Amino acid sequence: MTAYEPVIGLEVHAQMRSRTKLFCGCPTEYGAPPNAHTCPVCLALPGALPVPNEKAIELAVQAGLALECDVASHSVFARKNYFYPDLPKGYQISQFELPLNGKGHLDIEVDGETKRIGITRIHVEEDAAKNIHGAGSSAVTLVDFNRGGTPLVEIVSDPDLRSAEEAEAYLRKLRDVLMFIGVNDGNLEEGSFRCDANVSIRPVGQEEFGTRAELKNINSFRFVKKAIEHEIARQEGVLQSGGTVVQETRTWSEGQGKTISMRGKEEAHDYRYFPDPDLPPVAVTEERIDELRAVLPELPAAKRARWEKELGLTEYDAGVLSGHPEIAKYFEEATRLFVEQSGKTNKDAGKKVGNFVQAEVLRHVATNGLEALFPVAPSAIAELLGCVEDGTINGKIAKKVFASMVETGTAPKAIIDAQGLAQVTDTGAIEEEVSRILDASPSQVAQYKDGKTNVIGYFVGQVMKATKGAANPKAVNEILRRLLDEQ
Amino acid sequence: MADAKITFEQVLHVAKLARLTLSDEEARQMQEQLDAILGYMEGLDELDVSNVPPTFHSIPMDAPMRPDVPERCSDRSEILEQAPESQSGGFAVPLVLEVE
Repeated sequence: MTAYEPVIGLEVHAQMRSRTKLFCGCPTEYGAPPNAHTCPVCLALPGALPVPNEKAIELAVQAGLALECDVASHSVFARKNYFYPDLPKGYQISQFELPLNGKGHLDIEVDGETKRIGITRIHVEEDAAKNIHGAGSSAVTLVDFNRGGTPLVEIVSDPDLRSAEEAEAYLRKLRDVLMFIGVNDGNLEEGSFRCDANVSIRPVGQEEFGTRAELKNINSFRFVKKAIEHEIARQEGVLQSGGTVVQETRTWSEGQGKTISMRGKEEAHDYRYFPDPDLPPVAVTEERIDELRAVLPELPAAKRARWEKELGLTEYDAGVLSGHPEIAKYFEEATRLFVEQSGKTNKDAGKKVGNFVQAEVLRHVATNGLEALFPVAPSAIAELLGCVEDGTINGKIAKKVFASMVETGTAPKAIIDAQGLAQVTDTGAIEEEVSRILDASPSQVAQYKDGKTNVIGYFVGQVMKATKGAANPKAVNEILRRLLDEQ
Repeated sequence: MADAKITFEQVLHVAKLARLTLSDEEARQMQEQLDAILGYMEGLDELDVSNVPPTFHSIPMDAPMRPDVPERCSDRSEILEQAPESQSGGFAVPLVLEVE
C-alpha cells in the first residue's frame, strides 16, 4: 500500500482592530442591531467612494512586520468580482497582484522541534456581510451589512505544513502573534479569526503536489485538526481505491463529523481581478515602516525566551503565563512590584509569582477576546507574597488570604489583621499555649515519656488549632520538644 | 469569425458570470462588437512597453487616507425603506441555500 504525505497550506482571515471600517467611518463594533452600522459606502449606493482607513493599513503593516514579511512601499487594491447577497457591490475590494506584505515566515514547535513555515503573502481586504438563512418561518435570507467592509488581513501560508498537528500549531501561534501585537482579538467564536485549509496528499518521495481540496468553515482549533485529519483520510481512501481527487471546495460539518463537497459553487471561481479604479495605490514610506516596527509590542516567543533567561521560568511555565496578552502583562507587573517591594532577585521573584499566579490566580481569570478579568490587582499579589516573604504568614495561609481577597476585594494585609492570621513567631506566646496544652493532656505526655515520640504530631496539631494555623511551625516544634523534655 | 479576438463561447461565459441572459443573436452581436473593440486595442501592441512600469491607476497619485474616527451611520429605517423587501432589520433576499 502506498504511503502518502499530506501537504497543507492555510489561509487565515483576521479582522483588524480598527474602530472603523476599511473604506468608511462606520464603527466595527460587534453586536449592534442588524444594519445599524451602515452607510452609502458599505452598502454600495451609487456614487459612494471608498477612502482607505490609515489605521487599518498600519495594523496590516504591523502584522507583516511581526511575521517578517517584506512590506511593499506601494500596494494596490483590486476588485474580486462575484455575485453573492453578502457582497453589495458585486465585488469585494481586496489585493491581488501587489499585496501590502510579501514573503515572510513563522516558526512553530511540534514535538519539541522547531519548523519554519513560509508566509506567501498578507493582503488587506474588506469583509463580506453576514447572511442569516431561513430566519423565522420565512423562506428568505436576511442580510446584515454591519460586518460588511470591516478590515481584514488575509494571511496565506506556503504549502509547508505536513500534518494536522502542524496546522493546528501554526494557527495557535499565528493567533498568539496577532493578539500580542493587538492586530486581532483572536475570537474564533465571534468569527474575527477564520481559517480555510488547502489539503492535498502525494506519495511519499514525490515532488509534485497532488490535487487539493479547499476546506471551509473550520473555525475552532478542535475542528481544524479533525477536519484536516478527516480530509487526509478521505483522499487516501479515494486514491487507494483507484479514484482521483477532484479539485473542489468542501465544508466541515461538525454534526456529521466529516467534510462535505460544496460542488456547484465552483464555477464562480472566475474572479476577474483588476485594479480598483476608485482607489489609487496605497503608499507606506520607509520612515513609517520603521516607526511601526519600533512600536511593535514584544512577540510571545521573544517574551517566553526572555522570561526563561531573566526570570528563570521553565519552558512550560513561560508557555502558560504567556497564554494571553493580559495574563502576560499581569504576571510581569506583579513580578516587577514584588521585586521592588521585597528586594528579591528577578529569578526568585519570577518563580514565586509565576507559581502563585498559575496555582491560584489563573482559575479565577475569565478571558474574552483580548480582554481578561482578574480577581485581584497585580499589586495585591505582590503585597500578599511580600507577607509570605517577611514571615508574616506562611504559604498555606497565603492561599486562605487569597481566597478572602477574591471574595471580598480586601487588601491582603487588612485580611491578615482582621482574621488574626499573622504567624505567631513570638516564642513567649507560643510557649504559653504549649504549656496550657501539655497541662491539659497528661495521658499524651505520659505516652511521650514512654518513648512514643510520634505523639508530638498530636501536640503540634493542638497548637496549630489553638492558634488558627498562625503559629510558626518551626518555632512550635522547637518549643514542644524543649518543654516535653523538661517535664 | 475564424481569427476572432473573442470566441462565441467566451461571450457566453462572460455573460453568465455577469448574470446576463443573451439570445444567440444578441451573443453574436456582442461578439462582433467586442471583437472590434479588442481589435482596436491591439493597436497598443505596436508600442514597446518592456521598460514601462505597469499602470495600476490612471492618475499618478497615492491614495488619500482617512483617520480611524467613527462617523455617523445612515438611518437604518431610511436605508431599509429603499430595499424591495426587509425583515427584522435585515435586507430580505430569496433564500440562499448553503450546504450545511
